[in-house]
Amino acid sequence: MDRATEHTKYLIAGSSHAALEAINAIRMHDPEGSLTVVTRDSHLPYSPTVLPYVVSGKSAPARIFLRDEDFFARNKVSYRPESALKALHADENTAELADGSTIVYEKLLLATGASPAIPPIPGIDTVSYHVLRTLDDALKLRGAIAASKQAVVLGAGLVGMHAAENLVKAGASVTIVEMSDQLTSGYFDKVAADMIEQAFRDAGAKIMTGSRVVRLEPTAAGAKLTLENGTTLAADLLLVATGVKPEMAYLNGSGVEHAQGILVDDRMQTTVTNVWAAGDCAQARGFFTGTQVMNAILPDATLQGRVAGMAMAGDPGIQEYAGGVPLNTYHFFGRHAISVGSSKVPEGGEVVTRFDEKTGHYLKAIFGADGCLSGIFGVNEFFDGGVMAQLILRRIDLTPLRDRFVANPLAVGREIMSQTWR
Amino acid sequence: MGRAYSTIAFDPAKCDGCGDCMKACAQAKTGTDDVARSRIQIYGRGDATEKDFELALCRQCADPKCVTVCPAGALNKDGTTGVIGWDASKCVDCLLCTVGCAYAGIALDETAGHVSKCDTCDGNPACVPACPHGALKYITTANIYNEVGDWEDLFAPGLAGCQGCNTELLMRHTLRRVGPDTVLATPPGCVPGMGSVGFNGTTGTKIPVFHPLLTNTAAMLAGIKRQYKRVGREVQALAIAGDGGASDVGFQSLSGAAERGEQMLFMVVDNEGYMNTGMQRSSCTPYGAWTSTTPVGETSRGKTQDAKNLPLIMVNHRCAYVATASTAYMEDLYEKLDKAIAASKTGFAYLHVYSPCTTGWRFPSNLNMEVARKAVETNFVMLWEYTPQEGLHFTKSVDNPLPVTDYLKAMGRFRHLEPEQVEHIQKKVVENQKFVERMTEHAHVG
Ligand SMILES: Cc1cc2nc3c(=O)[nH]c(=O)nc-3n(C[C@H](O)[C@H](O)[C@H](O)COP(=O)(O)OP(=O)(O)OC[C@H]3O[C@@H](n4cnc5c(N)ncnc54)[C@H](O)[C@@H]3O)c2cc1C
Ligand code: SF4
Ligand code: SF4
Repeated sequence: MDRATEHTKYLIAGSSHAALEAINAIRMHDPEGSLTVVTRDSHLPYSPTVLPYVVSGKSAPARIFLRDEDFFARNKVSYRPESALKALHADENTAELADGSTIVYEKLLLATGASPAIPPIPGIDTVSYHVLRTLDDALKLRGAIAASKQAVVLGAGLVGMHAAENLVKAGASVTIVEMSDQLTSGYFDKVAADMIEQAFRDAGAKIMTGSRVVRLEPTAAGAKLTLENGTTLAADLLLVATGVKPEMAYLNGSGVEHAQGILVDDRMQTTVTNVWAAGDCAQARGFFTGTQVMNAILPDATLQGRVAGMAMAGDPGIQEYAGGVPLNTYHFFGRHAISVGSSKVPEGGEVVTRFDEKTGHYLKAIFGADGCLSGIFGVNEFFDGGVMAQLILRRIDLTPLRDRFVANPLAVGREIMSQTWR
Repeated sequence: MGRAYSTIAFDPAKCDGCGDCMKACAQAKTGTDDVARSRIQIYGRGDATEKDFELALCRQCADPKCVTVCPAGALNKDGTTGVIGWDASKCVDCLLCTVGCAYAGIALDETAGHVSKCDTCDGNPACVPACPHGALKYITTANIYNEVGDWEDLFAPGLAGCQGCNTELLMRHTLRRVGPDTVLATPPGCVPGMGSVGFNGTTGTKIPVFHPLLTNTAAMLAGIKRQYKRVGREVQALAIAGDGGASDVGFQSLSGAAERGEQMLFMVVDNEGYMNTGMQRSSCTPYGAWTSTTPVGETSRGKTQDAKNLPLIMVNHRCAYVATASTAYMEDLYEKLDKAIAASKTGFAYLHVYSPCTTGWRFPSNLNMEVARKAVETNFVMLWEYTPQEGLHFTKSVDNPLPVTDYLKAMGRFRHLEPEQVEHIQKKVVENQKFVERMTEHAHVG
């Protein structure tokens, strides 16, 4: 074999949640097989989810790492930062890295996650803007926030909202521009979004929903945005948070099939032998649709990483992936919102809501025609998201308990848990 | 080897929903009486007529999902205690852990504004002593496994036991405890059946082992022990025998050795029959039980005689030490094993261990400990010890025993029982209990 060509039994591209769970799963079954992790990042593993707190200063950058060098040494993992996967030659079981080297693998996991999706707004390449996905992004943004007086956040998903809150708290005047007609759409319904919107307005943020940016131009202070209706906004800090796209450019010509993301089966295997994919880059079964969907959330990345690792190591204890269930938690101005499951009302299903305007407690539960829970959403109403997810996944008929459940999902959920899977 | 951990166990049957545990936790952890902030939560079932209570409490998972989903590295399993610890200085209040955990083990404390979870109060949980009904227990048996796990395992790695049999546990633990300076006698039965006497010219143990006849185990072992003594070598003489070999055809040599005070530890693994050779009845088989020689058919309904109480007979030999034990109560078993070893240095020590047989008793292989526990909880078997100095006393008294049916229905060998037969067994349980109680009152001391 060519000396420059390394050989490894397991190769993992990426070093975040999906990758780390796969390492655990592989090592559980195969303590010895050579394992190499190549990653684009220059740091030890960390979570993108913690980055808003790096920006706000709540998390010290030096303390966010999820593993240390010793972990890799103990688990006999060769960890290679700054060595992104550039091209995959699946027919030869070979991965080509950005630094020019190649690695021959027996089994490969693609856990390269996602990157910010940059909208094709005319002029966007002429202005400087921030995104938030990597630690370097976060450190840059943290520095800029301190100096910002007039910030604009493009996109009112959870990433944009988090950053906007940080900007508000740092004393900037903040405008959130969102194309759809409510905040946090896809996570929370209109009632919940209105509560979130009110909290932001109370804190002094400007919110422009239903607004599309049609042009961006550089200015001395930063950028000028022009909206569809002609309004212009000036920004000394522009954050683009309009969603993510899976990281999979290296697939070109590899034969690995992909649509929105890398297509995988219920063992996270791609359409090509010896190649698996997991996490934000994968498109796997959706629990509600049965078809392959994107479900780019942290809990699912860990679950998929584990299934992939077990499949790669040939662990007979593997349990096939049951399909992704959306799960989101969101903290804003000392309040919290939780969403579990699908916001779509299934055919013949029923929606039950309860809203106490005085206390700001809001709950919405969606039941299918079979009496099973399919989604539950709360603002300032705490329930155990993990228990709710199990009620959905296990398809437990809640008909006899429905009224009590809606009145107190925390207690009744726990009661069922204790009787059913404790 | 991996570590075992202490754990808080909940017995819903003993809980009456008083909530004292929650008050104690709220006090210990928040300094308030706000039970909503307790990290242990008891829930009554919706149907208030049913007296049944449910529990939400962190189980300190071996494979904790809360840890895997925490983006801030704020949760970690402590390798020494097994407790999943929460680091407030790293937590970012994202609540993802509450979505990861399927057991409601970590939840938002709305007053504090952070998540909170049970940390077992550094090994001294406030909730456990607060329970007035003994529904909560802090189980520390793990300490035994951690200590013993570091000692040399003197049995062969692979052995041919039935799935779920607790005899392997007994053999490995006992041999670890007695140590390498031991000579072991294993008469025909499950222990050699599992491989103690070995295969292809090598033994299944790392200590000298021999395979006496059923009839002469105690006699042969006594001779070997005496010979070692004569040549000036201190060895532990140990027999691990089945109930058949001890109570039936081997009884005269056992009785003789006990009467002569031979210096040995004689352990009986009582699975209530000749299970290794095809599940025939022995004199230790209980009344009503199915065996292949007490079949169930048109005319016969299992064994028609009661079991012989071998350990009580051994008490009447005034042995240096006699005790009964169960693998469902390992701490108790270990204390007795230690005392028995000590007693065998100067006299005859007898340890009778009840050993449910997955194959012969007909219950699922994952339920051995459960069956063993039920036997004790119904008083079907009693745990006690005897020394000539202190007489006989219970080491685990069961004041409110469960009905014996709770034990009987846990396995297939009693499935055919007629109500009269169940009644007979229940009466015998009460009679046996009274009998042993009387012996504790009139403890022979001298
Ligand atoms: C600001 C922010 C907040 C979030 N908040 C939440 C939340 O509250 N709840 C939630 O569930 N989810 C949240 N998410 C999403 C969550 O972080 C992701 O779902 C999760 O990180 C996915 O993990 P992953 O392992 O699939 O990929 P990622 O975490 O995206 O990691 C991808 C890894 O691959 C590496 N990589 C990329 N390209 C290459 C390449 N070509 N070669 C080699 N390595 C490569 C990267 O360096 C990185 O190590 C948030 C995300 C962000 C950005
Ligand atoms: S909080 Fe939940 S997941 Fe974490 S250790 Fe406790 S029971 Fe397990
Ligand atoms: S709330 Fe704290 S402990 Fe829980 S997942 Fe988030 S950062 Fe980790």
